[in-house]
Amino acid sequence: MAIAGLLLAWQLYAELSGISPTTLPSPWRVAQQAWIHKTALYDNALPTVRATLFGFACSLMTAFLLSILMDFSRPLRRALFPVFIISQTLPLVAIAPLVVLWFGFGLVPKIMLVALVTFFPMLVALVQGYEATEKEIAQLLQSMGASRWRVFWLARLPSALPFFFAGLRISITYAVVGAIFAEYAGAAKGLGIYILNAKNNFRPDLVLAAVGVSATLTLVLFGITVLVQRLAMPWHRFEREQAR
Amino acid sequence: MSGMRLQLEDIRKNFGETAVLDGVSLHVREGEFVSILGPSGAGKSTLFQLLTGAEHADGGAISVNGASVSGQNRDLAFMPQRDALMPWRSILDNVTLWLEVQGMTRKAARAKVTPLLGEFGLAGFENHYPAQLSGGMRQRAALLRTVVQERSLLLLDEPFGALDALTRTSMQRWLEVMWKRHRWTALLITHDVREAVFLSDRIYVLSARPARVLHEFQIPLPRPRDGSAKGLQEASAIEAAVLETLLIREQAGGPHP
Repeated sequence: MAIAGLLLAWQLYAELSGISPTTLPSPWRVAQQAWIHKTALYDNALPTVRATLFGFACSLMTAFLLSILMDFSRPLRRALFPVFIISQTLPLVAIAPLVVLWFGFGLVPKIMLVALVTFFPMLVALVQGYEATEKEIAQLLQSMGASRWRVFWLARLPSALPFFFAGLRISITYAVVGAIFAEYAGAAKGLGIYILNAKNNFRPDLVLAAVGVSATLTLVLFGITVLVQRLAMPWHRFEREQAR
Repeated sequence: MSGMRLQLEDIRKNFGETAVLDGVSLHVREGEFVSILGPSGAGKSTLFQLLTGAEHADGGAISVNGASVSGQNRDLAFMPQRDALMPWRSILDNVTLWLEVQGMTRKAARAKVTPLLGEFGLAGFENHYPAQLSGGMRQRAALLRTVVQERSLLLLDEPFGALDALTRTSMQRWLEVMWKRHRWTALLITHDVREAVFLSDRIYVLSARPARVLHEFQIPLPRPRDGSAKGLQEASAIEAAVLETLLIREQAGGPHP
């Protein structure tokens, strides 16, 4: 509803104010042009999706492994956390061209940049999630003679799931943006480079069409995480009902 | 001594400068239901942590079945405050937890536990998640998870503290019936005087911190204690005496009267 209202207001403004379509095209014009250029958009969206998914998978695995190591070793955690925090303060604008310079126009630099922007939220979510384990459950397992690894596997890991999915939802929205940014800095194909070219050709309608594609992409990925959470945490529904 | 399940001798525990346990001695015989009653913050939970091995005593000796205990593996089954059921496991898989920790496969553990569900009022709910169950049912599941361990002593840490008054009373009655039927040996920690009197053979009353045993009460009430008028009268006389011990010592000015 909110989106429809916004689009309508935009359409009316673009038509009635007499503003040039090369400055602000109406949404209808954007949609028309998107349809005309659908093959090009599709061809450029594919590499972006690939970079997003590969980069995200890499960051997920790294975050998971490191979170386990950090959960088991407090010194390691104290040593590594500041490094990761600093990695988050690096301006993407500066890093993206450098990574492209070092690793070329291929898939690798995109994967790295996506991983860079999504890794930290995932790691924090996991580490915090382990910490949120109910003390009594851990104590109970200890009284049963469970090893530290068993306590982690039986209690700490499942306790982290709600945090994990919260982090996942935040990360997945960063991931698409990260991929587009990496392509913007240099790529053979992808939504990022498509946006750059459209902008240089004074085609704001095609820029917006590509933005629309990336927004749809993000929404779809977001929807998938919600779906996966529902499948992975079937008890969550009852807990929420109970809380009401 | 024969039939002695648990013996604590002169247990001392400090946290930094603060003395929490100041020479606590008590024992539990086979088949007995014993309660530890004390003001909140007296160190009851610390005592339990010593028993489960989560903490170590600074002095004194703990023995189970006549053997001094050390390390993790004790012959005790622990039921924590609140139920500590895992929200992500079904009731059945919560109950089998100990068997799984011991290395039994999930399938074998389920088969072993399933026949017990009926007696604990959980039949038909084995595939439910804890969040779908009432507080009383959750506690029954937590107790089943404890007794499945077939240890020589059940440690119950304020098991009914989080329940509403009515559910708590019905759970207490149910626990008494189950205890008699199964001849469990149980040590209960509580600050509910009525609960302690209703369930116990003996009660140890602890002082405020640093905790010592102030008094040991025998509860000679006949069982089952189903709440008949005569039973209730005798029970309230004992309750009054226990309460007096708790309150007077507190008024007398704390730890060293």
